Amino acid sequence: MKKIFEKQAVRKLIFLALTFIIVQLLIYADIIDAYLQNTLTAICINIILAVSLNLITGFTGQFSLGHAGFMSIGAYTCAIITLRMPTIFGFFLGVFAGAIFAALVGFIVGLPTLRLRGDYLAIATLGMAEIIRIIFINLKITNGAAGLQNIPRFTNWTWLFIFMVGTVLLITNFLKSTHGRACIAIREDEIAADSMGINTTKYKVIAFIIGAFCAGIAGALYASYFYFLKPNIFDFLKSVNVLVIVVLGGLGSVSGSILAAILLEIISTFLQSFSELRMVIYALLLVVIMLFRPQGLMGSKEVTLAVFNRLGGNLKSGMSKLEQRFKSKKGRV
Amino acid sequence: MSVILNIEKLTKSFGGLTAVSNVNIKLEQGELVGLIGPNGAGKTTVFNLLTGVYVPTAGTITLSKEGKNTALQGLKPYKVCMNGVARTFQNIRLFKDLTVLDNVRIAMHKNVKYGLLSGFLHLPSYHREEKKLMEKSIELLKIFKLDDKKDEYAKNLPYGEQRHLEIARALATNPVLLLLDEPAAGMNPAETAKLTELIKWIREKFNLTIILIEHDMSLVMKICERIYVLDYGMVIAKGTPDEIKTNKRVIEAYLGEDVSNA
Repeated sequence: MKKIFEKQAVRKLIFLALTFIIVQLLIYADIIDAYLQNTLTAICINIILAVSLNLITGFTGQFSLGHAGFMSIGAYTCAIITLRMPTIFGFFLGVFAGAIFAALVGFIVGLPTLRLRGDYLAIATLGMAEIIRIIFINLKITNGAAGLQNIPRFTNWTWLFIFMVGTVLLITNFLKSTHGRACIAIREDEIAADSMGINTTKYKVIAFIIGAFCAGIAGALYASYFYFLKPNIFDFLKSVNVLVIVVLGGLGSVSGSILAAILLEIISTFLQSFSELRMVIYALLLVVIMLFRPQGLMGSKEVTLAVFNRLGGNLKSGMSKLEQRFKSKKGRV
Repeated sequence: MSVILNIEKLTKSFGGLTAVSNVNIKLEQGELVGLIGPNGAGKTTVFNLLTGVYVPTAGTITLSKEGKNTALQGLKPYKVCMNGVARTFQNIRLFKDLTVLDNVRIAMHKNVKYGLLSGFLHLPSYHREEKKLMEKSIELLKIFKLDDKKDEYAKNLPYGEQRHLEIARALATNPVLLLLDEPAAGMNPAETAKLTELIKWIREKFNLTIILIEHDMSLVMKICERIYVLDYGMVIAKGTPDEIKTNKRVIEAYLGEDVSNA
């Protein structure tokens, strides 16, 4: 049992290292040029956002429309810190301060609003995100509606990869623990979970805080890559975009969120050339996918590296079958 | 024998409707007590008051455990559960889209001893506790012959096994007092007979005190040592099964003549 476990861990590590190295090489070779690097960054940031929102909405069952709000807190915190301290240390300070600040706001907002259910919670979180945005428009330190310019860039593929893998691993680990199972139980049946000794308010708030923390990281990475921030980036549509990724990937599937984040970003990159039709095609695609896969691409299932095993196994058995058939044919001839 | 649960003057009103009024119930340690009554008599409301789903309008619920008295009225359900009261639901409330194993593991949550940090980083305490949790869950599932179905989704189990899983899940919280809300509902006579034996057996094995709501009189009369009869939210009779069978008010309210002749 332990051996299998270790084998899986090693395989995971190899898979991650390979992904990192291949992309890094492609960047060196300029196959992933500056333009595609924007796409890559957006993918990584969207993965962090989607997986963390999935924890809140897909796993704990709390419908939140405020993810852009948490993201903006991380973004502005990191931007303000790195503008005054343009070193790598400032960048780290910015990312973590942004994440912690977002988590703090998540806690303050979550405590009263998580008593609400379903659509009421959605409206409350939506209101929260709007309030945060309006605060940023009116604050002096954020330079109001004009926003912040010339934010030093520290985000690169290495940091993106580390933070992305880090947050996804933390969240998947959490979900496999008794605390994560408590969150999932709340989604399944809140009254039953409560009656089985799970402090439902506590775990809803915990899920909310973790989600906000990760969204803060995503925001900080965003600020440190795109040079420029203004409050309107983090409007209602941004929250909905993240929700679209989560729903499309499958509520309650981490790998679904990752897959959908990659897929949607690639689609929208390809659609850049159809400037007017872009949103129409994008929306149409969403409608079609939802019609044919209403549970999302992955449902609540997960892809693991075992898939490659199975694929390998299928390939082997297929080959041997072919061989047999070939042999028997030979015999007949 | 000592009193484990003392319900005094328990009352619950929903607006103008008094669903439970002035109910007094006393339970001795290790007893198996039935709560019966016609539909709408307030039996499930009593359970919901006991487990904290509803807050009583008036009255007290006192749980005595290891010489300590705890007032349960007004506590949240999870706190009530932590004090050692577990329940099943009339209309099965399993975690349907989760596996049999997860249903039981979730119910063991309150006894798992590792923190959030260990949950995030899978520190040694995580692996140690999860292993213990797994062993305890399998052990419990074996009692209900569900261990070979541990990876099955709860919703895919046949009805009778879902009822069993609900009892297993309630036991996983390690209770002293178990509330069973119509455990035999929808079962055929053979299944009910098996369930009767099972309930008797788990009471001995887990050293439980049990309150049981049930419409199936064959089950109630066979295993309950005492019975409380509710009607219109009030206790109209209490006593041994034989006393209840011959009680005039009960017959009038609910049981009918054939049972009194039986």
